[in-house]
Amino acid sequence: MCYIYSESFVAETNPVDAPSDNKADHVHDTMQNLDSRPAPYVKDQTQEAAEEERQWEATEVKEADHVPDTMQTPDVPPPTPAKDQFQEELVIRPLHSGDIYASFQFRTMWDTDFLRGSKVSHYRLFPKSLGQVISKFSVRELHISFTQGYWRTMQWGQPFLPSPPGAELWVWFQDTVTDVDGAWKELTNVLSGIFCASLNFIDSTNTVQPSASFKPLGLGNVTDQRFLRYAVLPREIVCTENLTPWKKLLPCGSKAGLAVLMKSEKLFHSSFHSQALHFRPVCQDWKCKSTVWELRQTLNVVFDLHTSGQGKREWSLFKMFSRTLTEACPLASSSKVYVDVTDNPQGELFELSPTTPLLSQAVVLGDRRTYSVYDLTNQATFGQTRSLNMLLRWRAAESGDMLRPLLHGERYVAGYGLQTGEIHTLMYNNHPYRAFPVLLLDTVPWYLRLYIHTLTVTSKGRDNKPSYIHYQPSKDRLRPHLLEMLVQLPPNSVTEVTMQFERALLKWTEYTPDPNHGFYVGSSVISALVPSVVAMDTNSTRECPLFSSFFPCKEESSYFMRVYTEPLLVNLPTPDFSMPYNVICLTCTVVAVGYGSLYNLLTRTFQVEEPSPGLAKRLANIIRRLRGVPLL
Amino acid sequence: MLQAKAGQFFSSGHTNNWAVLVCTSRFWFNYRHVANTLSVYRSVKRLGIPDSHIVLMLADDMACNHRNPKPATVFSHKNMELNVYGDDVEVDYRGYEVTVENFLRVLTGRLPPSTPRSKRLLSDDHSNILIYLTGHGGNGFLKFQDSEEISNVELADAFEQMWTKRRYNELLFIIDTCQGASMYERFYSPNLMALASSQVGEDSLSHQPDLAIGVHLMDRYTFYLLEFLEDIHPASTANMNDLFKVCPKSQCVSTPGHRTDLFLRDPGNVLITDFFGSVRKVEITMETINLTAPMVKVTSHIKCYREELTVLSSRTKG
Repeated sequence: MCYIYSESFVAETNPVDAPSDNKADHVHDTMQNLDSRPAPYVKDQTQEAAEEERQWEATEVKEADHVPDTMQTPDVPPPTPAKDQFQEELVIRPLHSGDIYASFQFRTMWDTDFLRGSKVSHYRLFPKSLGQVISKFSVRELHISFTQGYWRTMQWGQPFLPSPPGAELWVWFQDTVTDVDGAWKELTNVLSGIFCASLNFIDSTNTVQPSASFKPLGLGNVTDQRFLRYAVLPREIVCTENLTPWKKLLPCGSKAGLAVLMKSEKLFHSSFHSQALHFRPVCQDWKCKSTVWELRQTLNVVFDLHTSGQGKREWSLFKMFSRTLTEACPLASSSKVYVDVTDNPQGELFELSPTTPLLSQAVVLGDRRTYSVYDLTNQATFGQTRSLNMLLRWRAAESGDMLRPLLHGERYVAGYGLQTGEIHTLMYNNHPYRAFPVLLLDTVPWYLRLYIHTLTVTSKGRDNKPSYIHYQPSKDRLRPHLLEMLVQLPPNSVTEVTMQFERALLKWTEYTPDPNHGFYVGSSVISALVPSVVAMDTNSTRECPLFSSFFPCKEESSYFMRVYTEPLLVNLPTPDFSMPYNVICLTCTVVAVGYGSLYNLLTRTFQVEEPSPGLAKRLANIIRRLRGVPLL
Repeated sequence: MLQAKAGQFFSSGHTNNWAVLVCTSRFWFNYRHVANTLSVYRSVKRLGIPDSHIVLMLADDMACNHRNPKPATVFSHKNMELNVYGDDVEVDYRGYEVTVENFLRVLTGRLPPSTPRSKRLLSDDHSNILIYLTGHGGNGFLKFQDSEEISNVELADAFEQMWTKRRYNELLFIIDTCQGASMYERFYSPNLMALASSQVGEDSLSHQPDLAIGVHLMDRYTFYLLEFLEDIHPASTANMNDLFKVCPKSQCVSTPGHRTDLFLRDPGNVLITDFFGSVRKVEITMETINLTAPMVKVTSHIKCYREELTVLSSRTKG
């Protein structure tokens, strides 16, 4: 029934594209060419897009000829690109429900060696606080995210970078680390100081070592899972105090470029807010002779139509962020804003102003999307007012159908009472005819005692045996449950995974100060290679926007996706903590009054007693006793 | 004359400032305690103490609480006049981390080795420390998060530990709770000055509710303290006697108290900025420094020292 799964499930060795400075310049030149063409906005858009796409390819071929004057001749190898570079981009995607999704990505690439003996001492674009942490703990990959809210896949589609509610941290250490647990403990403490979050609550009771999920997203053939640690804190709150240090890690801070838009009063007044940091090694160029370190900082936010949009279907940068863009970050080699206009090819759905002739097509999340591009490094983008405020105004009241997400997950707790319960995880495969396998990772805290013999996996009413199961039982107060399964999802079906559990009674000091709120169970993670509707771009050497190049792509017919389910909130049997004091008072009173009275009634007898005589009489009595005469 | 001026700068004997600001209450209806702490944080930052010298402990999150109608804000005045949360805040201990144990460990410096710098009180014997506590309290104790409490004896002992370990030069202790004066009754270490919002047997009252947010926004004592501090700027010469007059009984309903018998200096000579602001070391010099040719001189100095060292080492060897 269970055997070791040997096929590499997630593409991990494909190098992610790392554009050099040359390419960035060429793209810029290409964009300029497009800019000068006098094509009107409404017509010829598809042709323009096709031409522009051809322009993208032409860039590749003619690269050798287009070498700028300052560079060397094509005979010698191209000059080494700058040691570090920074790119920023913002993607705005209107959602079918009327909400709007904005995704910031900031990427710093740095060619250095963190692991050599001598310390790296000169930091320019890369944040020093993070660099010191990485070299001290020999970290190969670090992924941390802070999320407030839950991503509603069925209403909003797929996010560019998924994240579970709360805080999630997973780290791949270098294989030179001898004590991974000790390094993990110290790393979480240091990160809690950097990000002002309670990451120090990550300890052995909520850390797991997945055996198949969370393969490295960067370079590397090392798949020894001993160097991987994963932990999630579903209760972690995200607020300005987490955003402030996150913004300070950017080269321009929040003073210039796209980061000026990040005002906390608007960002946290949203349906979904997620800020993340991803650090990994990638290839420098397509030859992959050397690796560079890539740091991506991402911020995803979904603004609600009614709370932020006042019910009106009209969005602008000022309405979303209460700021407009005035300049690109001077340290950035590219700074772009993409607006998703795929559903609006002729401009009939909404109107986008100011207009821009730049278009870009990208295959992202299994779909070919078209974007209008605003290049902030070009001063002309800001126009006369020296500020850029994009405005999207909807014409039609109805919007078309959304592409149904192919993979979707749900989770809930069933049962009643405070003793037992059942966890149900539902996985939806919405593809009409293709089946594909998914890897389900479940981390359940030790105080929910899972009965793994009650585990059932059913699809379409029939039993669906997983081809790989890895289960690590919990140890009270030491280790959580870890369950990983590879399940084949039949096409157009719902697969249900159920497990029964029993709730434990915690010790007095283990209850939180507000135990009646409940205890959280972290989200399940569903990782899959989902069949794609259009051919994915496996050519990683092409210049592509940051949002489409995060997950490495190995084959054309599928793309990697990760879906997080809802976290669970479970009530444990909670004693009334004011109870002992009240009970003691009441009991002692009852005992004293009731029992004491009864005892007295049953045992007390009354005797008559003479009052004691005065002093003179007592002296006389003493003398009489001595004389042997009867007393007075 | 110049020496006299320089002497004035260091008359208080402190060279750096620290602040430990603690809010001990959990739950949405205790919004005002978080607002209290944040308003003191805001004043202290404005007067110059940097985030690296402030240990801010908030037991619950009010700004991004789902009940907050205006997320990422904490207001101190009704009609949303002043957002004390701001855009640039760093909370060091939050949520369940605010416990009696962590608070005492921060004060005494006995933290586990993996604790990051931002969570430590790295004061020395020339530090002036401001400690501000707010929450629910009683006669002789302060409640932490509705589940544990710290007594005045524990607090006094913690301060004594700080004194014996030379972790402060002077310490100002402000507490805004019911019966707050009971918390400083047991102090016995030198150089401690304490202020409380109410005497033993009195309750500290809250100031004003905001109907949009639905809770009381601030406590009276800290509200008037904030108003007083808004008038202070880094070069201000207001002294502690002015601080003692903040919030008289007519405004506060309770009687604020203070204790200065353990303090060596006269409170009239102690500037507000000695505790709420940050020392900036300025050396006045009248001479011009030539930056063009110092390298030769430095190397020649090094040569001299090296020679001296070799002579010394040869002497010790023999």
